[in-house]
Amino acid sequence: MEAFQTLDAVMLPLAQANVDTDQILPARYLQKPRSAQFDEFLFRDLRYRKDGSENPEFLLNQPAYRAARVVVAGDNFACGSSREHAVWALYDYGFRVAIAPSFGDIFFANALKNGLLPIVLPAAAVAALIGSARANPGAKVVVDLAAQAVTAPDGAVHRFTIDQFSRHCLLEGLDEIDYTLSQSAHISAYEEALDKR
Amino acid sequence: MEKNTAAQTMLEKIWSRHRVIERSDGQSLLYVDSHLLQDGSAPAFAMLRQRGLTVRAPQRATATQDHYVPTDSRDLNSVADPEKREMANALQRDSASAGIRFFSLDDRRQGIVHVVGPEQGLSQPGMFIVCGDSHTATHGALGALAIGIGASDVAHVLATQALWLPQPKTLRITIDGALPSGVSAKDIILAIIGRIGAAGASGQAIEYAGSTIRALSVEGRMTVCNMSIEAAARAGMIAPDDRTFEWLAGRPFAPTGADWDRALARWRQLPSDEEARFDREVNIDAGTLAPMVTWGNSPEDALPISARVPDPAAAPSAQRREGMQKTLAYMGLTPGMALTDLAIDQVFIGSCTNGRIEDLRAAAGIAAGRRVAPGVAAWVVAGSTLVKLQAEAEGLDRIFTAAGFEWRHAGCSMCLATNGDHVAPGKRCASTSNRNFVGRQGPGSRTHLMSPAMAAAAAVTGRLTDVRQLIARN
Repeated sequence: MEAFQTLDAVMLPLAQANVDTDQILPARYLQKPRSAQFDEFLFRDLRYRKDGSENPEFLLNQPAYRAARVVVAGDNFACGSSREHAVWALYDYGFRVAIAPSFGDIFFANALKNGLLPIVLPAAAVAALIGSARANPGAKVVVDLAAQAVTAPDGAVHRFTIDQFSRHCLLEGLDEIDYTLSQSAHISAYEEALDKR
Repeated sequence: MEKNTAAQTMLEKIWSRHRVIERSDGQSLLYVDSHLLQDGSAPAFAMLRQRGLTVRAPQRATATQDHYVPTDSRDLNSVADPEKREMANALQRDSASAGIRFFSLDDRRQGIVHVVGPEQGLSQPGMFIVCGDSHTATHGALGALAIGIGASDVAHVLATQALWLPQPKTLRITIDGALPSGVSAKDIILAIIGRIGAAGASGQAIEYAGSTIRALSVEGRMTVCNMSIEAAARAGMIAPDDRTFEWLAGRPFAPTGADWDRALARWRQLPSDEEARFDREVNIDAGTLAPMVTWGNSPEDALPISARVPDPAAAPSAQRREGMQKTLAYMGLTPGMALTDLAIDQVFIGSCTNGRIEDLRAAAGIAAGRRVAPGVAAWVVAGSTLVKLQAEAEGLDRIFTAAGFEWRHAGCSMCLATNGDHVAPGKRCASTSNRNFVGRQGPGSRTHLMSPAMAAAAAVTGRLTDVRQLIARN
């Protein structure tokens, strides 16, 4: 996993609540291997019209937002299906941060395992970020994981919390699975006790 | 020390029994009793191979093909898309090389993973069950903690047989009273999601309780737990009782003899202690419930069938208004129209939510002696091959086919259209599945979620219909 420390990048505002993982990555691409470029499929049915041309109304197709690497969304972002492909699609496009008042639990866990930082901020802070990203297309935020802070375009600093373990893994680019394997003796002990129950 | 003696919820009991270790951030490493795999698991096995890791406890895993299998035949070669075919084939190969139990298309035990697990007795009270699919909460209906996970976590469980999780908060939803006529488990869960919202149980594990829940069959309880994720819940569960135990007894992987007696004694300790405290409580009077349908693109957009399409002008915020307008345009609806005026094109009866024998019986009860309305394509897709065989033994298939329904083989099918079964663009589908998201049943599809009886009623009238009117005529 690629490490994440800081990012100074353009925001993509998605004001609606309950943007589901079917929107982020439609099911008809689920059979693609991870080696595929999933950025093509990101928000596929929102980004493209039926004839394959770009839908100019979708913000990601507007020049100021094309370079977005931080998605700022309404409540319950990426709810629904457990498809990790939703994270891959955002990541392959270039997104490294997602900010919302709440996330689908499974997406949140998936994001942390792929170098995409999910940040929970209060609804008012998210609304302010969305407001500034809409008022000033191309507006940037600075995300500092070590300091656990998001600095808005107007200089406002929003603190966030993330569990220490996930923060450490992201900062160092470490995978959870290696840590768990280092704890195998505990798992073996549990299994032995289980056999005796 | 105090915590050990304090009254515990069922979640807390299962949690503490499965905790291997705890991490500095408070997350627990929980030992997985049962790992269910479906044919979307290829990326997880690829991750394992990439790291040179092996499967730690293959005997604790079970695999079956459901997402990519055809439902008009049992021939995988009929799947035209080579990548889709490969997903189904990869599961068979990966399972064989890891020594994982596998139910293939020519095995009676094949089916949708959330139908198969309980049906085989693989899912049992008190277990910690995971699956790389968001509807895993289904298994919580037996008194288990069951959660859906992504591909990286599937790989983690394959390699370590354990999973890191933050302990969810607890939400008890208590439903008391007798269900009115025509109201089923699906209506209960749609009403709950409508009430608490699609984000309503975020970060929480729901325990469904009360006399209405206790009176539900085990199948009905699975329907309720299945859709917990649609309220953003981490898990959904129901205390096991004698009905659960009777349902489980004799199933192929259920314990037998002295093992059964020991398990039963343990299972009886699982229900939340009377004095246990939940972080949040919601109470619902079953008498207020009616047959439900969804009108929009979120399962929270659920209304009684007697309702009208809501008006964005009455929305509480500009943002919500904008969202509703988009939804109405996508769904082809105008504010104020009666839901019962909506003509439908397709009907899908099936899925991990409503593809069990009881669901097919309920739908057949409405279809019997009636005809699918002209111009409507109506499908019944059994949740498992065993459900299909049981339905055929009961003559349900003949009721459906005589009425003009298509009777198909087991799989996820049109719920999410990964196998090619889909709702055509702009077409309206009465569906017993779990999600009405934009494009869920195929690009441009318009989905209305409802119970099997309601879907059957829609099939025979050609529009969304209050099933109680047909019941009255039966």
